[in-house]
Amino acid sequence: MSQPAEMQQSLVRPPSRRVLRFIQQLFIQLGVLPFLLLVALVVFTAISDHFLSAQNLINVVRQSVYLIIVSLGQMLALLTGGFDLSVGTIVALTSVVGAMAMAAVSAASPDNVWLAIAVGCLAGVAAGTLVGVTNGLGVAVFNVQPFMMTLGISSVGFGIALYLTGGVPVYGMPPQFGQVFGFGRIGGVVPVPVIVAIVICALTWVLVNRTALGRYFYAVGGNVKAAHLSGINTRLTLFLTYTLCGFLSAVSGMLLTARLETGEANIGASMPLESIAACVIAGVSLRGGVGRVGNVVLGALFINLVQNGMNLAKIESYLQTVVLGALLILAVIADQLRLRLIASLRD
Amino acid sequence: MPASLDAPASGGHRTAAADSAVPLIACRGIVKEYPGVLALDRVDFQLLSGEVHVLFGENGAGKSTLISLLAGAQEPTAGEILMHGTPVKLGSVHRARGLGISAVFQEFSLVPQLSVEQNLFLGAEPRKHGFLDRQALRREAKAILSRLGFALDPAETVQRLTRAQRQMVEIAKAFRTQPSVLILDEPTASLTERETEQLFALVRSVTQQGVGVIYITHRMAEIRRIGDRVTVLRDGHVIATVDAKATSEDRLVELMTGRVISEIYPTIRHAPGDVILKIESLTSTTQNVRDATIEVRAGEVVGIAGLIGSGKSEIARACFGLESVASGRVWLRGEDVTGLPPRLMLRRGFFYLPPDRREEGLMMMRSCRENMVLPALRDAPVRRGVFLDVTQEQSLIQRLSKRINLQPARPERDVGHFSGGNQQKVLLAKSLSRPVQVFVFDEPTTGVDVATRAAIYRFIAELCEAGAGVLLISSDLPEVLHLSHRLYVMYRGRVQAEFSGADITEQNVLSYFFEREAA
Repeated sequence: MSQPAEMQQSLVRPPSRRVLRFIQQLFIQLGVLPFLLLVALVVFTAISDHFLSAQNLINVVRQSVYLIIVSLGQMLALLTGGFDLSVGTIVALTSVVGAMAMAAVSAASPDNVWLAIAVGCLAGVAAGTLVGVTNGLGVAVFNVQPFMMTLGISSVGFGIALYLTGGVPVYGMPPQFGQVFGFGRIGGVVPVPVIVAIVICALTWVLVNRTALGRYFYAVGGNVKAAHLSGINTRLTLFLTYTLCGFLSAVSGMLLTARLETGEANIGASMPLESIAACVIAGVSLRGGVGRVGNVVLGALFINLVQNGMNLAKIESYLQTVVLGALLILAVIADQLRLRLIASLRD
Repeated sequence: MPASLDAPASGGHRTAAADSAVPLIACRGIVKEYPGVLALDRVDFQLLSGEVHVLFGENGAGKSTLISLLAGAQEPTAGEILMHGTPVKLGSVHRARGLGISAVFQEFSLVPQLSVEQNLFLGAEPRKHGFLDRQALRREAKAILSRLGFALDPAETVQRLTRAQRQMVEIAKAFRTQPSVLILDEPTASLTERETEQLFALVRSVTQQGVGVIYITHRMAEIRRIGDRVTVLRDGHVIATVDAKATSEDRLVELMTGRVISEIYPTIRHAPGDVILKIESLTSTTQNVRDATIEVRAGEVVGIAGLIGSGKSEIARACFGLESVASGRVWLRGEDVTGLPPRLMLRRGFFYLPPDRREEGLMMMRSCRENMVLPALRDAPVRRGVFLDVTQEQSLIQRLSKRINLQPARPERDVGHFSGGNQQKVLLAKSLSRPVQVFVFDEPTTGVDVATRAAIYRFIAELCEAGAGVLLISSDLPEVLHLSHRLYVMYRGRVQAEFSGADITEQNVLSYFFEREAA
């Protein structure tokens, strides 16, 4: 008969401790992201009735597409122990070059709309990828630190984009481009950009988890000397990292151009910060070697969720940047705490 | 009077004679626990003034932990440390130094970009009116160096010094204050014979002044030459404290390992086949290797012994494409492979296992699986077309984990969460992930316990008996002496001697370790 009493006792006292244990384990396993998501959901739901509506959430997903794709590229760079500060420039340059090429072909042969769109997309993506190739050459062949290389290139690329356009938006693209890739919906429900993003996420997941090159990203960031001694071409891996990052940013740039229906040299300025923040919040290590595709997608979604929530709460856009920067630093601090926790619990 | 010198809580040597019965330092029931590891278990240890007390034990036995506690770098989990009979709390290196305990660690604590004198007084710079007093700095640095008899230029930048010279700076740093306890962690590992003599003379002179010296070494000969008492540690326990002069070497090894020598070192069948690796008059661009010629046959273990910096590691690194070759040739099964990068050497069946698993061997934050399979990713069966074959990978990992007896057998766990011995096993397993004809083991047993050590030796023996050529590079003399069928000794980048069979003795080998006076 003493059993119920014992059980009761064990139920009365430890639950709080058990819950704490569980939260601790969750924090170690998943990082700070689930907690931030939960807080954001609760806070914004309380502030605005609109926030949790299906319409609004689909909106958030659609708006997140651009950042998600760039963040996946950024993740590759972070995995190898570097980062790419030029993703914003790549988005801008892609937009400008793509729009100019599309407008030129469209003007030369106005009947052939899809040729113009194809040429424009190819030209834009090629321009952006070329920036990535340059980064890759600098980092892999000439051993320039990723910080200096991508910082320098971001100035170069931005300058070129402004020079090409004189600072004014590029018009003259066929309207079908925006109608399909910017505002199109498959079956009237799922936005085309979301489809593109899903395909890219899937391909990136396969690349990172199911190919040798994917493992090499982790290996180079995990321990570049060990990777070299294990027969991995570390330079080639680094080169491909920045090339792929450039390619992904360029795809994002073309999608954004379709949404804006103009080529702009001034877009993407917030991309470096936001993409790094998305990765770090998602638990990608700044020291390289650690990170997951799924978490990064969630990280990018989270950032857009916060921006959306702040818009609904009518928080000024200037203050929004303050919040974003603070979140980034918070994520880094949380990561440090997590590492310390792991070290103290190491079994 | 140089006001800048941190006046230590003096007493130390002046009063030593008076109360020689009270130990300078006494440890009582010291326990040091790291998460999951009991590094020291109820250790009692005494240091008398004027004695050289040798700490002897394998890597991982707890020597380093004990001295780091005494030097104030870490705090014990339990137990107490007494100085002159009164309990002290050391807390920090700075405080320990203030109490008269100076330590010279193996890992240099020097700032390479600063000069010798700046390093000597780092953190205790002589000052005048709040500004640095550069004349006083020079004067005092010179005084210390000349007192120790070290021929060093105080203005020289540390990064331009040789390893031995850096060691001298490190020692001089310990003598900046007047220590009553001096801790030396393998100080002769990189010194020449002459420099070693100088150091020993210095140690004798300070012990005569009543300083107590804790001395860590792996060299048997040094224990006899300089030690008074020896405390043997094993797996965090004090096994015995014995007289240095009266205890035989075999007895010390038995105390250290807990086994008879023959249990640790396997007898490896010697069935030499064709020459599989031939290094011909190899000279590296850095001149770390000069005109070296070495041969390895299939089915034999060839050792290379020598001091740190003798080129014994660099010669293998040059073969593997990690050091550039200035002249000479490397032949692998008759093919000229001089200057090929690691990935091409791997494809030809040459595997080099680096000495420092943390630095060059493993990705600590990735799983054992990913680490073990890394060299095998580009070829079948793990690779199928563009993709990785996850099933094949799993079966390879199962096989490797079993072969090396990974403990616990959880290959998905981060390798950084395993013990040092298991990490080393994971490193070894990498070499089994693909076909290999020549294995190069560079310091294969650094920081592992006796059981793992014996397992690694069996591993090497099995590889050799299966017909592979093994090149074993080691600073652990007994290791190369016992395992090698043939042994090369290197000094300053050159191959000084070659021994085989019964000629491989400590005496023979050591006589080629240092500069030959006659030459």
